[in-house]
Amino acid sequence: MNDCQNTPLLEVRNLVVNFYTRGGVVQASRGVSFQVAHGQTLGIVGESGSGKSVAVQAVMGLISNPGRIEGGDILFRGRSLLDPAGRKFVRKVRGKEIAMIFQDPMTSLNPVFTIGTQITEVLRHHLGMTRDQARKRAMDLLGLVDINAPEKRLKQYPYEMSGGMRQRVMIAMALACEPRLIIADEPTTALDVTIQAQILELLADLQQRLEVSVILITHDLGVVAQLCHRVAVMYAGRIVEVGDADQVFASPVHPYTKGLIRATPRLDVVTERMVSIDGVPPDLISPPQGCAFSPRCDQAKNDCLRSQTLTPLGDDRHVSCWCAIKGDTR
Amino acid sequence: MGRFIYRRLVHGLIVIFGVTIIVFVVTRMVGDPVQVMLPLESTLEQRAAFEKKLGLDRPIYIQFGEFLGNIARLDFGESLWQKRPAMDIVFEKLPMTMLLTAVGIGFACAAAIPLGIIAALRPGGMVDRVTVFGSLLGLSVPQFWLGLLFIVLFAVQFKILPTSGAATPAHIIMPALTMGLPTLARLVMLVRSSMIDELNQQYVKTSFAKGLPFVRVVGLHALRNAGLPIMTLVGWEVIRSLAGYSVVVETVFAWPGIGLTAIQAIERDDLILIQAIVFTAAVCVVVINIALDFIYKLIDPRLKLT
Repeated sequence: MNDCQNTPLLEVRNLVVNFYTRGGVVQASRGVSFQVAHGQTLGIVGESGSGKSVAVQAVMGLISNPGRIEGGDILFRGRSLLDPAGRKFVRKVRGKEIAMIFQDPMTSLNPVFTIGTQITEVLRHHLGMTRDQARKRAMDLLGLVDINAPEKRLKQYPYEMSGGMRQRVMIAMALACEPRLIIADEPTTALDVTIQAQILELLADLQQRLEVSVILITHDLGVVAQLCHRVAVMYAGRIVEVGDADQVFASPVHPYTKGLIRATPRLDVVTERMVSIDGVPPDLISPPQGCAFSPRCDQAKNDCLRSQTLTPLGDDRHVSCWCAIKGDTR
Repeated sequence: MGRFIYRRLVHGLIVIFGVTIIVFVVTRMVGDPVQVMLPLESTLEQRAAFEKKLGLDRPIYIQFGEFLGNIARLDFGESLWQKRPAMDIVFEKLPMTMLLTAVGIGFACAAAIPLGIIAALRPGGMVDRVTVFGSLLGLSVPQFWLGLLFIVLFAVQFKILPTSGAATPAHIIMPALTMGLPTLARLVMLVRSSMIDELNQQYVKTSFAKGLPFVRVVGLHALRNAGLPIMTLVGWEVIRSLAGYSVVVETVFAWPGIGLTAIQAIERDDLILIQAIVFTAAVCVVVINIALDFIYKLIDPRLKLT
């Protein structure tokens, strides 16, 4: 692991992903850049349709018709996953060094294969284990995610398990080959609240014990504050603010981040109504010029129509907002 | 499992019993079998003797009891046309139809499943559009015409295949193709649409994210989930073929199977042979349906065998 302490584990540079639909070209990812360091947890937040999932699916090579990656680069351990030579590399890396946990455990497992088959096939494919070796390892993995009676569970089908149990199986499957990076795409959205807490706890615990890097996509700012070292806020296919999680929450700079934090219900403050951000997210077929948030932003001015990029703001903090950069916010 | 087999066998027996009643009623009640079977100019004495020979002079319930007893021993009596036990004829012809069905539908499956999958990989793509067009074409062509076309083309024009009969292995090619093509057309549409559905499921994405090879994801994970509707159609095609739809193909190519025999028995008013054939077809349908239920359970463990 010391081979590349300086290069980030994963680096996404200016990623552009377009979806060619009947209604037009949906620009789902419009130049997304972020990094994940070794052993670090990055939270990606933003509302539905902001391009969070598309960005990580591009990392996994899961963008399929009618979507296309049309710009930028994705570097894993310093090697591109997108250039022609990278295709072989992707096949080796996907599921082995980068693993993914999906949103809905009810549909993410194949209903007609046993849990055992679905876990062991990863091991057998990537690590060339024999049936017996893979079965033993699968039992260990189920133990790792706190599933009792692993021997019995291996023979069960997904329909014989609860949602929380299935998500644990998904996590076990992701951990199978001891990946360096786990991408969790809203891993708790489909679960009920008590199970959510358990699963998140499990993820945090495993992250620390196995020293794996994690990208956690979520709507839940509370979860980010709890689990993530860094946070990236996405809006309309772009990252608008990224930085140390504590700092971002303590002093958000981008008006959208501020709005998101203000819109989070709090237990310690009495409010009459839920606070929301006025307006609706832009149509990504024809996104607004310049800052995509400007139509909803109460500080918008003429400058905001000029295109802008993520600009460093000190302390590993980047923001893309003209107002913030000129320092005349608040 | 034992309970399932027991219940299914009872169900099957009820169905077969129902069929025997219908066969019995139709052959004895509707019209007079003696008049149908004997030539017009036969004398009253001849008719009475024939009635006695068939046992038709006795009360109907006794006849029915005897009929059931005979069926239990698979003895339908002698075919009036061929003058030998009807069941012998069935056991001789049925395997020929089974062979034709196996080759024809086997060919259809072997072509339809890969073709349907490839079409489903890119809906609206070139392969997909050609497949759908070809499938519609295959569905619209009448089977007898297709058979005649093959004969004109391969037997008459190119002289590479025999016209009719079942003398050599080469004889099965044209009838099997003729039988398989409409099945292929139906099947390929179903495989295509089922696979399009499955490939959009979340578990397919998971499988790709696990880094599994493309062939495994599509050909194992997705295809097994698409297996139920596909098996339903294949089972239906087999049943159809064994229960008599093979008659068109068998007639065109003079394939000595059960369908051709049925048509000949009907033409010759051989009620005994018809009874035997109808009964056998009913048994085939019941057996295949039980087998299908087992296959369903093998494909999808969520199903309960009841």
